[in-house]
Amino acid sequence: MSFAFSPENLGKIEKLRSRYPSPKALTLPLLWLVQEQEGYIPGEAFDAIAEITTWSPMDIYKSASFYTMLRFEPAGKYHIKICRSLSCTLCGQAMLYRHLREKLGIKAGETTADGRFTIERVECLGSCGTAPAMQINDIYYEELNTLKLDTILENLP
Amino acid sequence: MIRDVRIVSSRFGLANSHRLSTVLMRGAYDSLPIHLKRPPEQIVRAVDESGLRGKGGGGAPAGEKWKLMPRNSDTPSYLVVNCDESEPGTFKDREIITRDPHLLIEGMILTSYAIGANHAYIYIRGEYKSFELILRRAVDEAYEAGFLGRDIAGSGFDLDITIHRGGGAYICGEKSALLESLEGKRGHPRLKPKGKEPEWYFGAPALVNNVETIASVPYIVMNGARCYRQFGTAQSPGTLLFSLSGHIERPGIYEAEFGVSMMEYIERFGGGVKGKKKLKGVIPGGISTPILTAEEAARATLDYESLRTLGSSLGTGGMIVLSSEADMHGVLKNILGFYRHESCGQCTPCREGTSWSDQIASRMLRGEATMKDLDKLLELADTMNGKTICVFAPAVSGVILSIIDKFRDEFTERLRP
Ligand SMILES: Cc1cc2nc3c(=O)[nH]c(=O)nc-3n(C[C@H](O)[C@H](O)[C@H](O)COP(=O)(O)O)c2cc1C
Ligand code: SF4
Ligand code: FES
Repeated sequence: MSFAFSPENLGKIEKLRSRYPSPKALTLPLLWLVQEQEGYIPGEAFDAIAEITTWSPMDIYKSASFYTMLRFEPAGKYHIKICRSLSCTLCGQAMLYRHLREKLGIKAGETTADGRFTIERVECLGSCGTAPAMQINDIYYEELNTLKLDTILENLP
Repeated sequence: MIRDVRIVSSRFGLANSHRLSTVLMRGAYDSLPIHLKRPPEQIVRAVDESGLRGKGGGGAPAGEKWKLMPRNSDTPSYLVVNCDESEPGTFKDREIITRDPHLLIEGMILTSYAIGANHAYIYIRGEYKSFELILRRAVDEAYEAGFLGRDIAGSGFDLDITIHRGGGAYICGEKSALLESLEGKRGHPRLKPKGKEPEWYFGAPALVNNVETIASVPYIVMNGARCYRQFGTAQSPGTLLFSLSGHIERPGIYEAEFGVSMMEYIERFGGGVKGKKKLKGVIPGGISTPILTAEEAARATLDYESLRTLGSSLGTGGMIVLSSEADMHGVLKNILGFYRHESCGQCTPCREGTSWSDQIASRMLRGEATMKDLDKLLELADTMNGKTICVFAPAVSGVILSIIDKFRDEFTERLRP
């Protein structure tokens, strides 16, 4: 397998270059571009990022592995991230998580066999005032209860 | 009585408050041409005299940090706005960037002008992607209207703003870790310098401030330091977007001046403890601040001095309310699970301490721990309060000690002989 940035992303990269005093700063922006393009970060992309940023591929790997939102293998079509931190816990996230597990038949860290859902338990999403909260991909769902959760999942295309 | 004061949230209630067309009718950017002609030192002085304190959790006087930025130097300087907001219990910066992003942008223009920066970054946590899009649109609007870019509002001052998306790591909110991350590396906090100096971004001086700190700047610059000091207390001037979550009737963020009574705030804005249950405790400013018992909360006022006197700290002002329903074993385990996950792992006491204490808390929760385990936990807390690169580990230590100390009976009851 090989990796190449799409022409559209190459255009974005040119624009990004002028925004930073050093190409080294492009590490995270480029990792995000790769993940948006491929759905995850294939190992082959480290070389491409290294070339642009002037870091070594190993440096890129070391950085990338630090950040919890970056993935090195594909996730389900719907990546459910349910908050496990304190405010959501006080507002009943454990029950929601149990419901989700039973409904989808997978635990946190797993993907359904049809590749539709991945569940992940994450730390505070910044929705403590509208707890309990989760995200599906980048979209927030807040003030959840099991009924609401069912409706949300049923209405996904 | 709590006065109604809105410095940062004054436009939050307007329909389409995130759009330029809306806020232009409410005075946004109006006085830029005047202020961008003033000597920059005057703006630094106004902020210094206002007593504005950093609203990202530390409460450092903003003016003192601004004064560390070099004047008329040949190398560029940078402003970096911290929108990493990941401390459990904290959700205020999100409100600013989605409900009044132009207030932040105006604050960034004034701040950058004052410190001599021509490029400013907003480091935003990766999870906030959908909010980032609102902020991006506001930045684009500001460029189109000539409030960003070259020769802003005919003043001769240039400023670019770049939004930088984080990758999901709590520690990147720590300012030096944030800068490491912004340089393309892992978000590892740096060793602190001995003396006072600015932060550094690729060897150039950088000022790191929280979103809400910068969003408070337009009010101060337009109305003067004295006006800002009408609100709050002598040591904690102005206001904060305090917030409420947990066992509370009406969770949310409500701006108030410093110095108001904690319980009055909880009653007036939050409608009291959920389900009229008894109050058990309040974590005053995000989970990293030591817990207060109900009795301490009754004595607390919302300012830096009061909470320090009570052995805690104001933190981010994100209060987590615990009712009699709260199980302190669960609370402790939940908090330690967070720290174990988020320690960056550079310092042994922190890496090992967070992991071990989380394991002990699990055993305590399940009723499998003995007095020896509890003692071990307290010992671990002690070591975490030693020499570490950043204040993450000492904060964990304070949190453990406060919870065990104040609810000791609850913990000893569940110990095995
Ligand atoms: C572990 C840790 C996490 C932090 N997270 C944040 C954060 O998410 N947002 C923030 O503004 N400040 C955070 N801070 C404080 C920053 O280091 C820094 O003091 C702050 O951004 C400075 O801005 P201020 O003075 O305007 O508050 C954190 C500090 C520590 C030690
Ligand atoms: S105290 Fe913990 S979080 Fe801070 S630098 Fe050390 S290991 Fe990292
Ligand atoms: S604790 Fe769940 S969003 Fe903050």
